[in-house]
Amino acid sequence: MSKRFGKIVALDRVSFNMQSGEYLCVLGPTGSGKTTLLRLIAGLLKPDEGEISFDGKSVNNIDAHNRNAVYVPQQYALFPHLTVLNNVAFGPLSRGKSENEALEIASKTLEIVRLAWRGQSYPNELSGGMQQRVALARGLASGASLLLLDEPLGALDARLRLELRHRLREMVKEAGFTAVHVTHDRDEAMSVADQILVLKRGRIQDQGPPRRIYVRPAGIFVANLIGGANIIEGVVESASVDSCTIRVRGGTTIHSPPAGIAMNQPVVISLRKESIEISNQGLQRGNALKGKIQAVRFLGNSREYLVRQANGDIIALRRFQEGFEPAFQIGESVTIVFQKDDVMTFAYPPQGLRKELEIE
Amino acid sequence: MQSTPRQTTRGPTFSHRVLLLFERLSANRAAAKLVYSSSVVFFLFIVITPAIAGIVAQLATLPNLSLTVDVSLRMRNAVVSSFIVGLVVSSLDVVAGIPLAWLIVRRRSRWTTVLDSMADIPFVIPTVALGFSILEFWSGPTGISQMLGDGPVVSAGMVLIMLLHFAFSFPVIVRVMVGELLNYRETFEVAARTLGASAFTAVRTVTLPILRPAILAAFLLALARSLSETGATIVVAGTFENGVVFVRNARDASLSAAVTIASLVLIVTSLLVFAAIKITVPRFRFAPLKVWPRLERELSRSTVAMARNISSLLVFAIFVLLPCLFIAFPAVEAVASGVLGEAFASAGPWTNYWSSMLLSYLVAVLATCINIAFGLPIALLISRNRFGRQSTRILDSLVDLPIIVPSLALGVSLSFFWGNMGALPEFWVLVLAHTTITYSYFVRAMAAAIQGIPVELEDAAKTLGAMPLRVFRKVTLPLTKYSLLSGAILVFTRSVDETGATSAVSKALKTAPVLLVEWIRGTVAVTPAERALGVGFLVLTSFLALVALRLIAFRKEKT
Repeated sequence: MSKRFGKIVALDRVSFNMQSGEYLCVLGPTGSGKTTLLRLIAGLLKPDEGEISFDGKSVNNIDAHNRNAVYVPQQYALFPHLTVLNNVAFGPLSRGKSENEALEIASKTLEIVRLAWRGQSYPNELSGGMQQRVALARGLASGASLLLLDEPLGALDARLRLELRHRLREMVKEAGFTAVHVTHDRDEAMSVADQILVLKRGRIQDQGPPRRIYVRPAGIFVANLIGGANIIEGVVESASVDSCTIRVRGGTTIHSPPAGIAMNQPVVISLRKESIEISNQGLQRGNALKGKIQAVRFLGNSREYLVRQANGDIIALRRFQEGFEPAFQIGESVTIVFQKDDVMTFAYPPQGLRKELEIE
Repeated sequence: MQSTPRQTTRGPTFSHRVLLLFERLSANRAAAKLVYSSSVVFFLFIVITPAIAGIVAQLATLPNLSLTVDVSLRMRNAVVSSFIVGLVVSSLDVVAGIPLAWLIVRRRSRWTTVLDSMADIPFVIPTVALGFSILEFWSGPTGISQMLGDGPVVSAGMVLIMLLHFAFSFPVIVRVMVGELLNYRETFEVAARTLGASAFTAVRTVTLPILRPAILAAFLLALARSLSETGATIVVAGTFENGVVFVRNARDASLSAAVTIASLVLIVTSLLVFAAIKITVPRFRFAPLKVWPRLERELSRSTVAMARNISSLLVFAIFVLLPCLFIAFPAVEAVASGVLGEAFASAGPWTNYWSSMLLSYLVAVLATCINIAFGLPIALLISRNRFGRQSTRILDSLVDLPIIVPSLALGVSLSFFWGNMGALPEFWVLVLAHTTITYSYFVRAMAAAIQGIPVELEDAAKTLGAMPLRVFRKVTLPLTKYSLLSGAILVFTRSVDETGATSAVSKALKTAPVLLVEWIRGTVAVTPAERALGVGFLVLTSFLALVALRLIAFRKEKT
């Protein structure tokens, strides 16, 4: 489907499928159209082109209150004038349940999120984390089957975000819901999603399970978004059936798996930081590049080394399980090695690398 | 442990079923369209069109009208005076009102809350009573001239009109500014102060410019009131004529041509002046960059602040509060002199009085109900932009029309329109006139309140399965309850107060304020005691409305 607001194209021919019970994360920077997508599915907006179907039936003409898709906005939108219990009971009541039934359902759902004891409090009396749980409970209690979460952890501080993301997924799965979880936080998406949909400027960049997206991203933008990567520009020197040779600045060559790109075409290489090793003994397997250590950064569980090549490029690599002291010193000449299979080669983006990698 | 209420399960009751039916209806696109379009139709055809059509009809008769030279000279002077008085008074009100609002907001205490309520008093007392009170205070034998010796301090005339308008527009400024200041984030001022600006400089160069739109809005409201007010102005005018007084005199003298032309001129000039101010002033980008550090630091001292507060309190007390409350004295005297029995026995002039009071309140109740019923959908349309950008903007500007145009002039146009229509009895023309004039108050109050509710709340409710009527009943309405009530009370008090249009529209029927104007001016012979008592009763009933409003507000603050 596509959606335009005046001249601004919020979503451009976005098309995807979801399974029942799946937990889909929509990952993208601000302005990528994530919220628009959610609101379209919820029925709060109408697509300019295209169709939305639930269980095979088109819902384009069904109003929001009949769609069975609950929208939980980033600020939770808990009704300030109703108690927590009445907030959660709002859904069942609206769908026609009697007051008794609705309150029963509400109580039970509050039990699931472990907030039954705050039933008589008002939303503004609760902490951010509690409000999030109430918002979730309200969605779960509504009897809908699809949960649309707009940055559900966005309003919480960093520590809470880490703690709650798994609990959130657990509760959704326990209740048997299908969920679309929109976020800009790639670690969040990676750790809780069954499937990730990457959006940028209204277009789908990639779609797949987290593993696949990490290991084989569909483009340089996704590669950069999903995990820390080194990005190197080059030109295809030769291509054969089992490998592709790329010439980078200064004449060095890098071998990668076949990329289907013709000779003399510009390409961009992506190399994950953890797939590079430093070897001083001249053990050459796969690709080897010489350089000098420019900087060392201590990150707790790992150290990041910045290695400056002869041609001026700087390549970053991560070494885990180092000792108290860094294994290599600044200024040391080293050889960095990485496997051919760890190299990801992409065609050079038509509007330029900087534009392609832009977050907004 | 949470306990759920134990009730035997009952099937849906009848009222429950009816409610469900309406809810399902509200989800029906056609039904919703019907409700909205009937409100728009009501607005366009009952509120706007009669006014405009009346004006057009008047214009059509123009070629056949002629004025004698001195009448047209009088008219020109009168209209010009209206604007001079209006602009001067509104400026003075802004200058005097802002410091008081500042005091109320920045020095929150029990006393300033009392001050806040007192500042509302001129707003609540019907303007006729206000006029009478001010007349007695400044120029009556029992007023302050008692203290100062010979003769009236200020006789009826232009200055007295200015004093009157200053008093009754004062609460408008204070209300608007208090509201703005309460919402204003002091972070800007704090930033300025930590950058080295003295308090005075920070306020002058940061706060006031940011508050400029609100100040302008308050100014325009005060101006509108000044141009429009009829009853009290007539009472204190004496031989002086501003636009409104002129029209009234012309009508009394049966100079119908003058009435028509003058009211047209007033309407057109009001619209032009308002449009001009609204368009030009916001464009006027004056960023006060010049700072006089030493002078302004002196002005920031607490002694200066104290002097400022004392002087604004004095101005408020002498020029606003005391003149308004002065009415109490003659009223109490009147009670003491035993006129009360006569009044309740409905003897003599009192028969007309009570029927007028009844009429006033009946019309007010009807106008309020009609405005709520037809105004709510319009408020929803405007605040949620359901109509499309352009149409909403047009609707928005049109809603303000009845306020900008002086009510007397509007009344003349309305009676033209309905008079030519013939069939409608005077009572209903009166009701429609009052509805038209008070329309904006309710719609504005509701629209502002609805806009204050984040759209997310309604969106979330929708996706939880709530149909439009339910969203309105269970989410929008509870959160705007206060504004709905205060909008309704605004409409009610304004309608009871209304003199201008009423006197233009109705020949036989007289509402209470119109009758009282006659009592005060002496066209109906009554004793001073009767006069005072009559005014006193009107004030009392309006005061009760204010108390009711405050009680409701207090209850809201408690939750």
